[in-house]
Amino acid sequence: MRFRSLQELADVCAEEGKPISAVMIEDQANESGLGEEEIRRRMSEYYAVMKEAVARGMREDTTSASGLTGLDAQRVGRLVQRGESVLGADAGKALSYALAVSEVNASMGRIVATPTAGSCGVIPGVFVSAQERFGWDDGRMVDGLFCAGAIGYVIANRSFVSGAEGGCQAEIGSAIAMAAGALTELRGGTPMQSVHAVGLALKNTLGLICDPVGGLVEIPCIVRNGFGAVTALAAADMALAGVRSVIPGDEVIQAMLEVGSAMPEAFRETAKGGLANTPTGRNIMKELKNRAKRSERERSDDGA
Amino acid sequence: MRFKDVFSIIGPAMIGPSSSHTAGAVRLGLAARRLLGGTPVEADVAFFGSFAETYAGHGTDRAIAAGLLGYATDDGRIRTALEAAHAAGMAIAFREGIGPYPHPNTVRLKLRSAERETTMTGCSIGGGAVEVVEVDGFDVRFSCHYPTLVLFHRDRVGFLAEATASLTRSGVNIGSMDVDRKERNGEALTALELDQSPPAALIGELRHLAGVRRICTIDLTRGGE
Repeated sequence: MRFRSLQELADVCAEEGKPISAVMIEDQANESGLGEEEIRRRMSEYYAVMKEAVARGMREDTTSASGLTGLDAQRVGRLVQRGESVLGADAGKALSYALAVSEVNASMGRIVATPTAGSCGVIPGVFVSAQERFGWDDGRMVDGLFCAGAIGYVIANRSFVSGAEGGCQAEIGSAIAMAAGALTELRGGTPMQSVHAVGLALKNTLGLICDPVGGLVEIPCIVRNGFGAVTALAAADMALAGVRSVIPGDEVIQAMLEVGSAMPEAFRETAKGGLANTPTGRNIMKELKNRAKRSERERSDDGA
Repeated sequence: MRFKDVFSIIGPAMIGPSSSHTAGAVRLGLAARRLLGGTPVEADVAFFGSFAETYAGHGTDRAIAAGLLGYATDDGRIRTALEAAHAAGMAIAFREGIGPYPHPNTVRLKLRSAERETTMTGCSIGGGAVEVVEVDGFDVRFSCHYPTLVLFHRDRVGFLAEATASLTRSGVNIGSMDVDRKERNGEALTALELDQSPPAALIGELRHLAGVRRICTIDLTRGGE
C-alpha cells in the first residue's frame, strides 16, 4: 500500500487527483496481484451479503439463542413507517437497518465483518439506507466500501479494531469512522473532508469500553450499532459542511491507541466490567451459565 | 503491517456473532487441521484470556470444531459443528488454559490423528484475522493471510538456500519467512508465506531436499475444504 496514515492517503489522492476508493482499488490490485475487476467482484459479493442481512433482519425472526435480543430493528422500522420517527425517515432507516444486521449476527446468521462482526451493522445501515435515498447503483456502493476499507486499514494498523484489544471504541468507533468517511466521499466530499469525518467520528467514541453482558455480542453491541449508524451520518454532514477535525484524524487514531492500551482488562471484552458487571448483567450471566450446564447434562445423559 | 489489505478490514463473510471469537476461531481451527493433515480423532482445546471468559456465548467452541472439520467462516453448519464433530468420531474437549499467553484471544490446540500428533497456538487479532505463534513447540509467526508452506526439517548448512532456490525455479515469491530450531543441527521449522498457492511440483521438489520430514500447506485464501 502507498499509504500508512490518513494524511499519506489524502496526499496520494491529491497528487493523483483521485478519490480514496480509486487509490484503494489500485493498491489492492497491486498487493494481491489480481485484476481490478476481480477485486470489485469480491467486494460486490460482500455488498450482496450486507443487503441480504438487512432484508433478513427487517423481515425474519432474529431472536438470539440467549433470547435476550431480536426484532428491535422491526420495531424501529414500524415507527419509521408510521412517520413517527424523531430522527426522520432517512436517519431512522439507517438506525433500523444497522440494528437489523446486528441482530442477524447475534442470531448466528450470515454477515460481513466491517471491520468486525460486533460492529457489522454500522456500514450496511449507512450504505443501504443511503443507496435507497439517493438512488446510487451497486457499483457506486462498492466504490464506497473500498473507501471505507482504506480508512479501516489505516486505523487497524496504527491502532486496533477489536474490542478485546482496544475496547468498543476500536470496534464501533472504527466502523463509524469508516462509514462516515465513505459517505462523505459518496456525497461528493474531498478526500480531506473524508479524513476530517474520520477524525470527528472517532473523537465521539474515544474511551468507549467493551462490556458485553454475559460475553455475548448482544447487549450493548446491537444498539451501539444503531447509534453508530446515526453518528456516522452526523459526522459526514459536519465534514461535508466544512467542519474540520482540529485534532487531525491520524492523531485521534493515536489517542485511541493510547486510551485502549491503558484500558483495564475488565473493559476489553472479558465480560467482567461495565454493563456486564451490573446486578442485572451478573444475573443474566449466571442464568446463561446455569442453562449451559443444564444442556451439557442433558447431552451427556443422551450419550449414556 | 498486521492487517494486510482491504479484505482483512471489509470481510470475511461469516456466520455471527463475533469475528474474533467465531470467524477467527474457525480460521485457527482450519490452520490446525492443515497442520495435522486431516480431521483429528482427539482435540484438546485450551482457551486463554477473553477466549476463556466468553467462548460459550460466542460459539468459539463450535467455531474451533468447525475449522477442524474443514468448514469455511460463512458455512451455516458452524451452528451444529459440535454435534458434527461428535458424529465424525472426534473427541473434542475445551478447557481454560494455564500460564501466560501472547494475546487476549489465544487458543492452544493439541490434536491427534491416526498418523500423528501436533500442537498449535494461535491468536485471533480482530476482524477474523489471525496469527499462528507456535507449532509443535517452535516459535514461529505467520498470518494465514497468504498461502503458507510449513516445512518440518533438520537444521543444516544450506537448507534455506536450497529451499528458496526451488521456489525461485517455480517462480513463486516469498512474502515473509520465519525459521526456528530446537537446537543446532536439530529439528527445525520454516514457515513461508507465499504470493500464490505452491504448485504440486514445487512441493514434490521440496520433499526431496535432505532433512525434510514433512511439508504442510495452509491455504485459507480459498475458504474451507
